[in-house]
Amino acid sequence: MTKIKSLADLRKIKEEAQSRIKLRENSTNPDQVVQVKVGMATCGIASGAKEIMKYFVEELEQEAIDAVVTQTGCMGYCYAEPTVEVKLPGKEPLVFGHVNKEKVHEIIDKYIKRGELVDGIIPVSFKTIDD
Amino acid sequence: MTDYKMHLLICGGTGCKASESDEIKNRLNQLISDFGLADEVQVVLTGCFGFCEKGPIIKVLPDNTFYVQVTPNDVVEIMEEHIVKGRPVKRLLYTDPNSAEQISDSKGMDFYKKQIRIALKNCGFINPENIDEYIARDGYQALGKCLTELTPEEVIKEVKDSGLRGRGGGGFPTGLKWEITKNVENDQKYVVCNADEGDPGAFMDRSILEGDPHSVLEAMAICGYCIGADKGLVYIRAEYPLAIQRLKIAIKQAEEYGLIGDDILGTGFNFHIELRYGAGAFVCGEETALIHSMEGLRGEPTFKPPFPSVSGYMGKPTNVNNVETFANIPVILNKGAEWFSKIGTEKSKGTKVFALAGKINNVGLIEVPMGTTLREVIYDIGGGIKDGKEFKAVQTGGPSGGCLTKDSLDIPIDYDNLLASGSMMGSGGMIVMDESDCMVSIAKFYLDFTLEESCGKCTPCRVGNKRLYELLDKITQGKGEEQDIEKLKDLSVVIKDTALCGLGQTSPNPVLSTISNFEHEYKAHVHDGKCPAGQCKSLLRYDIVEDLCTGCTLCFRNCPVGAISGERRAPHFIDQTLCIKCGVCFEKCKFNAITLT
Repeated sequence: MTKIKSLADLRKIKEEAQSRIKLRENSTNPDQVVQVKVGMATCGIASGAKEIMKYFVEELEQEAIDAVVTQTGCMGYCYAEPTVEVKLPGKEPLVFGHVNKEKVHEIIDKYIKRGELVDGIIPVSFKTIDD
Repeated sequence: MTDYKMHLLICGGTGCKASESDEIKNRLNQLISDFGLADEVQVVLTGCFGFCEKGPIIKVLPDNTFYVQVTPNDVVEIMEEHIVKGRPVKRLLYTDPNSAEQISDSKGMDFYKKQIRIALKNCGFINPENIDEYIARDGYQALGKCLTELTPEEVIKEVKDSGLRGRGGGGFPTGLKWEITKNVENDQKYVVCNADEGDPGAFMDRSILEGDPHSVLEAMAICGYCIGADKGLVYIRAEYPLAIQRLKIAIKQAEEYGLIGDDILGTGFNFHIELRYGAGAFVCGEETALIHSMEGLRGEPTFKPPFPSVSGYMGKPTNVNNVETFANIPVILNKGAEWFSKIGTEKSKGTKVFALAGKINNVGLIEVPMGTTLREVIYDIGGGIKDGKEFKAVQTGGPSGGCLTKDSLDIPIDYDNLLASGSMMGSGGMIVMDESDCMVSIAKFYLDFTLEESCGKCTPCRVGNKRLYELLDKITQGKGEEQDIEKLKDLSVVIKDTALCGLGQTSPNPVLSTISNFEHEYKAHVHDGKCPAGQCKSLLRYDIVEDLCTGCTLCFRNCPVGAISGERRAPHFIDQTLCIKCGVCFEKCKFNAITLT
């Protein structure tokens, strides 16, 4: 990594990072990029999030779905761990709770492939400061 | 690909299930196939919407229509009117209690304003191990702005104006603390982040460090710039390995970018951050004990003054702030003090993160504006009490705090209101208790904790708390005597008055608070030998009702200690001297022939 020497540099990096993320989110490509975020705080990991994340990566690869699987911190729904957020291009992100291997299949087969919703969605119950 | 035009989200949370959301789902599915719309409309069961008071809830996508208190009988109308004709069923919409207006689109509902995420804004959103994602979300912009555009005085003024108070529990104004440390002349100063989260049931600091470590690092650097420190230390307990690992990665990445280190952003400002590990002692959350522990000394508190701002780590001026306090700083500087001070109550600004634990449905982390009521937190966001039981009390402030009862459900939560009602904010752990929790046992649990954590330096804490514990234990054993409750009160007051440090001075709080709110429970134990909550095993008695017992031998076969005897098809008996009150017979009996008194 090169050092950031000034505030202007920092802003440039911010824009680059933002546009990378935007590109990912707004992809108009039909073989769109799906974003999967797995909650990997202590609560999630204790409930098996590590295995679920690995499983997601393997299954998506096997299905040849173009997707980015990343980890994130605690979403606050500790009662429903492991939690996974799935964002399809051009759509609002959805959070699924109590995700086990079966649920992974259901999410991939129904939601990611066909856009059907599956049971176990956790409704968003908060505002962020950007809203 | 099936192309659903409409989705009906039905709440499958515990509260809504109890009011027949399953039945609603079945009826809807039936109607949808009757109307031949199975390929166009999909019904989905979701997790808790957190609006259980108004359940069952149905949300219709894509138009975001939000129906409340739906019954199975409303299903036909929703189907015929909304789904077929596209006209929302007005009588099932949510009515805003303030404006009396009906709100169709859920985004306009007050309910969504109940939680605002400031300290948690990146938690569960960014990858904590990737600094670019933090930068994309305005990360390190506040630091850049401070270093290049603002003087330390201006930054401190902004923090003061925001009204931010210490989130570790004390509630000391953060800006003022910075100013005091700044005004002390010295060649070396330190910024310390207190990540020694020790209250049972509190885990918000851990989650912030695990989910958004850079926000804390950025704020520490800003604090260093303000007070004139070039070194920051994070004191974190070794039992938080994941938080430590994420912090290490974050520090390394920030150093590689030059956002921490020498000559940050070419401004000549140097700031280095190191980690210091604690062994998980509760008292080390107290700042003087924390500093001693960092110095390699025993983690014991010392008298203030001198305050750490004057003489702290290695005798140098040290500014100690809590994780959550720091996490608020970058947002305040990015959005402005005025924006921040509009959130919250008159004397407590901004939001507070709470860790909900205990007998509550939605165990987890929430962040609400100061001034939100306990009722909103427990019922609207927390989804109410587990298994539909009755709410009894909530413990806030950990072992130093107190319990709040039904009567306090409607007070707006802030530092001062909680103190006035006999508890305290503390770090933000909320342990919810229901009717099956015995308050004497709860007090005993906290005393057990403080006993373990007492350093033993002063007599009131070392001996006094032990005696308190023994008295409580005696009461839960059913051996309590008339004068024991008074003894508990007297001894508690003495310990509060004479103990050396905060740990000892606050350790009797759970005892005093449970006695003042639930004296009848103490009396029931002492006078009647009964535990109203049915938790104190020594006070329970299981009996078999002869008339109801069919002699099926199920209890006999399941009793782990052979306390039950009797012939097949004849009433059985429990030998009270052998019974260990495990309750297995009570659970197994199919004829309700076993009573619990």
